[in-house]
Amino acid sequence: MTTHPITVEVNGVAYERSVSPRLLLSDFLRHELHLTGTHVGCEHGVCGACTVQFNGEGVRSCLLFAVQADGSTIKTVEGLANGDSLHPLQEAFSAAHALQCGFCTPGFLMAIDSMLDQLSTMSEAEIREALSGNICRCTGYQGIVEAVQATVASLQQEGR
Amino acid sequence: MKPPDFDYVAPTSVDGAIKALGSDSEAKVLAGGQSLIPLLAFRLAGPSLLVDLARVDGLDHITDQGDRLVIGAMTRQRRVERDPLVANRCPLLAESLRHVGHPQIRSQGTIGGSVAHADPAAELPGVVLALGGRVHVTGPAGDRTIESEELFQGFLSTSIADGEILTAVEVPASGPRTGWSVVEVARRPGDYALCGALCQLQLDDAGAVMGVHLGLIGVGDRPMRAHAVEAAVLAGANPADAAELAPDGLSPSSDVHASSDYRLHLATVTSRRALTQALERAA
Ligand SMILES: Cc1cc2nc3c(=O)[nH]c(=O)nc-3n(C[C@H](O)[C@H](O)[C@H](O)COP(=O)(O)OP(=O)(O)OC[C@H]3O[C@@H](n4cnc5c(N)ncnc54)[C@H](O)[C@@H]3O)c2cc1C
Ligand code: FES
Ligand code: FES
Repeated sequence: MTTHPITVEVNGVAYERSVSPRLLLSDFLRHELHLTGTHVGCEHGVCGACTVQFNGEGVRSCLLFAVQADGSTIKTVEGLANGDSLHPLQEAFSAAHALQCGFCTPGFLMAIDSMLDQLSTMSEAEIREALSGNICRCTGYQGIVEAVQATVASLQQEGR
Repeated sequence: MKPPDFDYVAPTSVDGAIKALGSDSEAKVLAGGQSLIPLLAFRLAGPSLLVDLARVDGLDHITDQGDRLVIGAMTRQRRVERDPLVANRCPLLAESLRHVGHPQIRSQGTIGGSVAHADPAAELPGVVLALGGRVHVTGPAGDRTIESEELFQGFLSTSIADGEILTAVEVPASGPRTGWSVVEVARRPGDYALCGALCQLQLDDAGAVMGVHLGLIGVGDRPMRAHAVEAAVLAGANPADAAELAPDGLSPSSDVHASSDYRLHLATVTSRRALTQALERAA
């Protein structure tokens, strides 16, 4: 089938490519742009591993075709750290042991980062519910919830 | 699982979209893709052409028409959920959206897509039916309006014809002394409900119930309206007694998630809780 030209900005870099309509955004990021930080677990929208930010909102990149993303701005987990210095959320994940195998981690980070404002006013139960779109088979979630709480507390201290 | 091959167009007008749909008998509308793309991944759908509505002008709006709220089909669920006008004029809709999947689903999923998809356990079709809303559709023969009682025809099926596009969803705006409630039982937050009750009611000056709407989801092949419960509430029954009538006329099927009997039990429980909370909020 015919391919379609698209222009997208990913982590601040503009890319022009020609894509076939069936190419998922997750595969576009991984296979075309070689940004393999975005993980693919279920490929039908239930696990959240593929979460990226699409025009500032958390979305599942396996439930979006690359062709739909023409003209959009995307942020993946590769865009979170500032050079060698990790994002506060990444530091908190490390400190709270919020990952074991790490397969789910990019999805959690991008989902949480897109909701930090809302998460800052939430109770633990509400945080758990807000994160229910991401599945982790290893940690039992305790460390992940603690990392969120530590991050919002430290951002609040900095007056953000 | 990769989707099958298809062609893609992204028209910028409703007319253009209707023409594109008419150009191919195997064409399908793509809205937020949050139900359609999983269906493609499982190869349960195999359209030869997807007509993406995301760039069509005029389908993304929330309009206050006095006694009605009109919401463009392509308005994202997350926008409607956060909209102050919706929170104010149709709180049942705002609250029900928080039960639709997860934030990452709602940021792409649309109002029109959910209603057109017509999943029997989905919240939005339940709200539109419960409130007696309607949808606006446009097709090769022009515009028409479909009342919610005529819209939902069975499992994932509506009276929107092939070649037609849903352009807007219309719900009545709530009046003073309105109470509402969404009560669901689901295995995990964000899952489709095993059973859910969506309730809105209004009190008169003396504090008596003057109008009640109760929708049930997950208990049939389409969203259902609990007419018997509504009549009992209007006749003065308390929530517990009225809710006993919730299973009237329902015959949910059994599946791996829940038996038919359990779903009927949940219909009573969720109805009672929803009526009770809606009454408290209206008072
Ligand atoms: C993990 C997960 C959990 C979910 N949980 C829930 C839940 O708890 N409750 C719930 O209600 N939903 C849930 N959903 C579904 C979600 O709400 C979808 O967004 C919604 O069902 C479809 O909307 P869409 O805009 O994504 O439509 P699409 O997926 O693009 O389209 C769905 C169908 O409707 C048709 N269609 C779409 N728009 C139009 C239109 N304007 N005119 C004519 N036909 C149209 C399409 O052709 C397609 O057949 C979930 C989805 C996922 C992936
Ligand atoms: S890979 Fe996208 S949600 Fe699982
Ligand atoms: S750390 Fe292994 S799945 Fe979450």
